[in-house]
Amino acid sequence: MGIAHMDCDAFYASVEKRDNPELADKPVIIGGGRRGVVSTACYIARIKGVRSAMPMFQAMKLCPEAVVVRGRMEVYVEVSRAVRALMEELTPEVEPLSLDEAFMDLTGTARLHGAPPAVMLAQLVKRMREEIGITGSIGLSHNKFLAKIASDLDKPQGFAVIGAAETDAFLQDKPVRMIFGIGPAGQEALETAGIRTFADLRRWDRADLGARFGSMGDRLWHLSRGQDPRKVSSRAPVKSISNETTFHDDTADGDVLDGHIWRLSEKVSDRAKAKGIAGRVVTLKLKTADFALVTRRLSLGDATQMADRIYRTAKGLYDAAGVRGPFRLLGVGLSDLEPAEGADRTGDLLDPNAGKRADAERATDKIRARFGEGAILKGRALR
Amino acid sequence: MKFSIERAALLKAVSQAQSVVERRNTIPILANVLMEAADAEVSFRATDLDIEVVDKTPAQVERAGATTVSAVILNEIVRKLPDGALVQLSEEPATGRLTVSAGRSHFSLATLPKEDFPVMASSEYASNFSCKAPALRRLFDKSKFAISTEETRYYLNGVYMHVADAEGGKVLRCVATDGHRLARVDADLPEGAETLPGVIVPRKTVGEMRKLLDDDEATIAVSVSETKVRFATPGITLTSKVIDGTFPDYTRVIPTGNTRKLEVDAAEFASAVDRVATVSSERSRAVKLQLDEDRLVLSVNAPDSGAAEEELAVAYGDERLEIGFNAKYLLEIASQVDRENAVFLFNSSGDPTLMREGNDTSAVYVVMPMRV
Repeated sequence: MGIAHMDCDAFYASVEKRDNPELADKPVIIGGGRRGVVSTACYIARIKGVRSAMPMFQAMKLCPEAVVVRGRMEVYVEVSRAVRALMEELTPEVEPLSLDEAFMDLTGTARLHGAPPAVMLAQLVKRMREEIGITGSIGLSHNKFLAKIASDLDKPQGFAVIGAAETDAFLQDKPVRMIFGIGPAGQEALETAGIRTFADLRRWDRADLGARFGSMGDRLWHLSRGQDPRKVSSRAPVKSISNETTFHDDTADGDVLDGHIWRLSEKVSDRAKAKGIAGRVVTLKLKTADFALVTRRLSLGDATQMADRIYRTAKGLYDAAGVRGPFRLLGVGLSDLEPAEGADRTGDLLDPNAGKRADAERATDKIRARFGEGAILKGRALR
Repeated sequence: MKFSIERAALLKAVSQAQSVVERRNTIPILANVLMEAADAEVSFRATDLDIEVVDKTPAQVERAGATTVSAVILNEIVRKLPDGALVQLSEEPATGRLTVSAGRSHFSLATLPKEDFPVMASSEYASNFSCKAPALRRLFDKSKFAISTEETRYYLNGVYMHVADAEGGKVLRCVATDGHRLARVDADLPEGAETLPGVIVPRKTVGEMRKLLDDDEATIAVSVSETKVRFATPGITLTSKVIDGTFPDYTRVIPTGNTRKLEVDAAEFASAVDRVATVSSERSRAVKLQLDEDRLVLSVNAPDSGAAEEELAVAYGDERLEIGFNAKYLLEIASQVDRENAVFLFNSSGDPTLMREGNDTSAVYVVMPMRV
């Protein structure tokens, strides 16, 4: 009974209210410009139906009196670090899921702290409120799956515990959509199989679940019994790197889009280089003016971290996407990651210039490392 | 439809069919095998719309007819039946089910109408020739390792089979490359193959076709058109679409001016490479070759896990050279050598290296070095 999940309450909005007391009793929405989407809405705005990821215009229709604040990412990162430092005083096993939530493994810390995990966690939220000025909700249970569910139960400023003995009774009539990672499609698949609640799921035989849902089946079988063997890991590996941008105005201009594909590829490449990883799959994400989302992916024969290769692949995906603009959003991603040790070091027989371009990129990286980011740019980055 | 067939013969036909069937497909009929029984013979047909395989096997046909049933399920059933069993398959027109019986086991399987099964359109072949199984086996076995998995250059996702000019005249040639390595393998030009249009045989087809080539005595009838290729034994016919694309001009990437010659026992070389590569990270093993007079030092330096070195006695008379390679690529080309020594021809540490078996130019391999 030592796995906890901490989830900040309306994180970005709370930080804004902390820094600007005038906002305290007003509905606050954090979002990018007039065209972006809602990234966080405070609880007052949520009463009006505003939700995260909702397009801005829709949010404004629901809650016209809302104060819209442009996100200040650097501040959020700073606050997130402060919260993380408090958590790390309780245990070294802190696994951040994003800026505003994390798992903690407090197993075996009772002797060290002279108090059981529940007491320490209550102190944690108190310190977050008093020292940092934001609130959070805590879920405490015997595994990650249940801890995450628990933190959501009494939100905001919640504190819920799901003990081993009450796990079955608790899950019984809960809908399976509570399982993190089951989206609308997964939910539909489960419903087609007649599975709506955990009790429904529990009636299934382990082998049948495997046959019906593949690799997911076994996990479902365990979850239906409140079992989740995943460990809290402070060094959870990165699965993918991606960057995206929402345009100020929808655009169908090939040159403009090309410039964005290059800049995003370069950002992704920079992050990969910083982490010393390379990836085999390049993904292009496009959102059209009418919000249709199109993603295209392509696997390379070998892993890369070079902006040039990511760009060429993403550009190829764009050219072949078969979707007409105008677009409102563009994203480039790299996944199927591995250590970069041997990546991009074997030349290409069929494209002798590939080696030269890679050399040019390595030289560019060195110049930037010495003279700064803007020291050298590709022409297409200026589009 | 009703027929009886010995388990082994049935298993052979059905397993060939189920391996062509695509595991994940959205068109239900494509998961099925079409069985057509007539005149003491049953044909089993399966397709993924790109490849079609038809296996004709003698059977005791009691009632002619045809139906389709899941290839994977039928294969699993037959596989689990005892060896030597006599299997009876019969379609029940009333229920639309297929009954499979052997000894005391009985199965009743759902079917789909035979009319829905897509049959690949027949086409005119520009070239028809026959080739002994071992010759075809060599062409494809020695080239397939270099097939690319990269989706961007889809035209590299297969083996390019064509007629080429070699030193001794025209040859039947197979080439595959992924940009990092290349294999070029020649065979005597079979009679009738002169008009062969160059085609790119897809990876999956190479794998499926390989199963027809195990018998040394078999003669394979090969037919090729611009869009399709067909390999046939008396019992099995495999038809496949070819990759619609242009294979790059590979001749310009095969180095002709490499003069630094290394001769080494291929098996010894391969095991040494394999040994030193052990300390390196799994996916991207870089092996450094240091060449000096009659001496080769292989080394790997992996900062996180360790270092390894091994020295080999070789024949090398040129000046000192240091060059790095991906260990996997070296192992793959070294394992193609089966009779004589491996001969490597280097230029510089940044240029493609050529490898062949002794002085035999009927199979050459090119590999790009790696920066170490």
